Amino acid sequence: MNVLHFVNAFFSDSAHWHGYDGIPARLLEHVQYTLLALGLAAAVGLPAGLLTGHTGRGGNAVAFVATAARALPSFGLLVLIAVAVGIGLLPVMIPLVVLAVPPILVTTYEAVRSVDPSPVDAARGLGMHERGILFRVELPVALPLILSGLRSAAIQVVSTATIAAYVSLGGLGRYIIDGLYQRDFEKVVGGATLVALMALVTLAVFWAAGRLAVSPGVRRR
Amino acid sequence: MDSVTKRYPDGTVAVDRLSLEIPDRSITVLVGPSGCGKTTTLRMINRMVEPSEGTILLDGEDLQQQPVTTLRRSMGYVIQNAGLFQHRTILDNIATVPRMIGWGKQKSRERAAELMARVGLDASLAKRYPYQLSGGQQQRVGVARALAADPPVLLMDEPFSAVDPVVRKGLQDELLRIQDELGKTIVFVTHDIDEAIKLGTMVAVMRTGGRLAQFAPPAELLSAPADDFVEDFLGADRGIRRLSFFSSAALETTTGPVVRADATAEQLAAADGAPHLLVTDADDRPLGWAEPGDLAAGDLAGARLLSHGRPFVPGADSLRAALDCAVLSPTGWAVAVDGEGRVTGVVSQQTIGEAIRSAHGAAGPAETRAEEPADGTKVAP
Repeated sequence: MNVLHFVNAFFSDSAHWHGYDGIPARLLEHVQYTLLALGLAAAVGLPAGLLTGHTGRGGNAVAFVATAARALPSFGLLVLIAVAVGIGLLPVMIPLVVLAVPPILVTTYEAVRSVDPSPVDAARGLGMHERGILFRVELPVALPLILSGLRSAAIQVVSTATIAAYVSLGGLGRYIIDGLYQRDFEKVVGGATLVALMALVTLAVFWAAGRLAVSPGVRRR
Repeated sequence: MDSVTKRYPDGTVAVDRLSLEIPDRSITVLVGPSGCGKTTTLRMINRMVEPSEGTILLDGEDLQQQPVTTLRRSMGYVIQNAGLFQHRTILDNIATVPRMIGWGKQKSRERAAELMARVGLDASLAKRYPYQLSGGQQQRVGVARALAADPPVLLMDEPFSAVDPVVRKGLQDELLRIQDELGKTIVFVTHDIDEAIKLGTMVAVMRTGGRLAQFAPPAELLSAPADDFVEDFLGADRGIRRLSFFSSAALETTTGPVVRADATAEQLAAADGAPHLLVTDADDRPLGWAEPGDLAAGDLAGARLLSHGRPFVPGADSLRAALDCAVLSPTGWAVAVDGEGRVTGVVSQQTIGEAIRSAHGAAGPAETRAEEPADGTKVAP
């Protein structure tokens, strides 16, 4: 019995393709958790990163928040909040957002900081408003790096969203946790494989987003 | 600019009580060593830096009177390394200010295309991105972008110092040509005194500590530096460079030593006595110098000829160019030609030397630095 055998057995069992515990349903749940967590983290990390990067102020605060957030164990946080507020979406979202904010915040800050100062100086000298400088001069050039921050956040959230199953929610973590509990290794390996595949799909999505959103003048080809 | 000072919070004084009247529709160059406050001075004109003391008036109106973005949009701004927006095409880079002040997309792009032609950029570059252009081309885009909304004032901060000398010369010539056509009020910052002298209608030499050392037209700067600092900054060859401002029109050339390749023995004999003869072809174009003894009548072109060197055009070229031709000529004689390259005569170093002396004399006492007589004695009134 090897891993491939488990994978094959899991995916060829038609029972795994239907119902509330079927692959499509669990996949959809997992995508929803991921998008929600990533969206919340981006809503915090992007504006904060853009603003601190543009003004050059608050760099130390950014570093402090990022380090502190990285030091928190996602699983520990999940259990702690679940105990405090009870089972639900909130105890899942908080650790995922805490996990995703640092890569987004830090890379966005660094990306904007590292934009060549001379076009910024030229734009200011030509009478562009600060908002215009940030969104039309700095952001387009910083975009590849900002996307890479979002990408690493997304990958981490995709793999960590499995913990939602610990507090009775769905997602692909269901297979892993239920499988372990039921000693059904077919299910464990199947769930893990799906998570890995989703991480690869996430990579592909960000690659495509980069192709579409980043100017050829910045990509240099 | 009236007694303008910029003092930073740490006490550093970048510009110290600078008063300067920048003439309309001409190029004023701010020049000086690093840290003399020339860039700070420029940046106070578009309020990228706010003065600590003093006022700057534009057409009699205090710069502080209007919103800073309005002010900046009425002034073109060109910086070192161009500072192009790498995510935008060349055309869209140039269209930046027209788009900002609300011109339509179509009109802005038409204007940008017009400017590409004006600064000597091929229309095929319009859809390229900055990284695909050479440094010199990028700098042209920078100038075009600054001119796009037709501002009356153009601020240029060491715009040509990052390109190689050949490209730099091309850009300088281009700027002078554009200035002839457009007549902008240009303030140009450089650390290169040659560039300052070439481009400036007026040149402000600044010294470390943000003080004005001298404000004068380039010819006056070369003939009468205000003090040792300015003299030192101008360099050891300012006398030679000053010759750039004197015309070679008054040089007396002679056709005595000039012979055609098909000259007869009599014509050769008539030119005899000159140490060298300049041989020309039937169209009077110079072929080269020859020793009289080496020449046989009828076929002078077959004789061993020395290079005639680069000729100069009297009137169009300066005394400096004429002297340079004579210095480089193997015989010490410079060849004068007309606009079509036909020899009009030759002139010796000695004659050029006399012309230089009389030109300096004609420049008058206003341009000579020492007022005392040469022997050092005071003349009684």
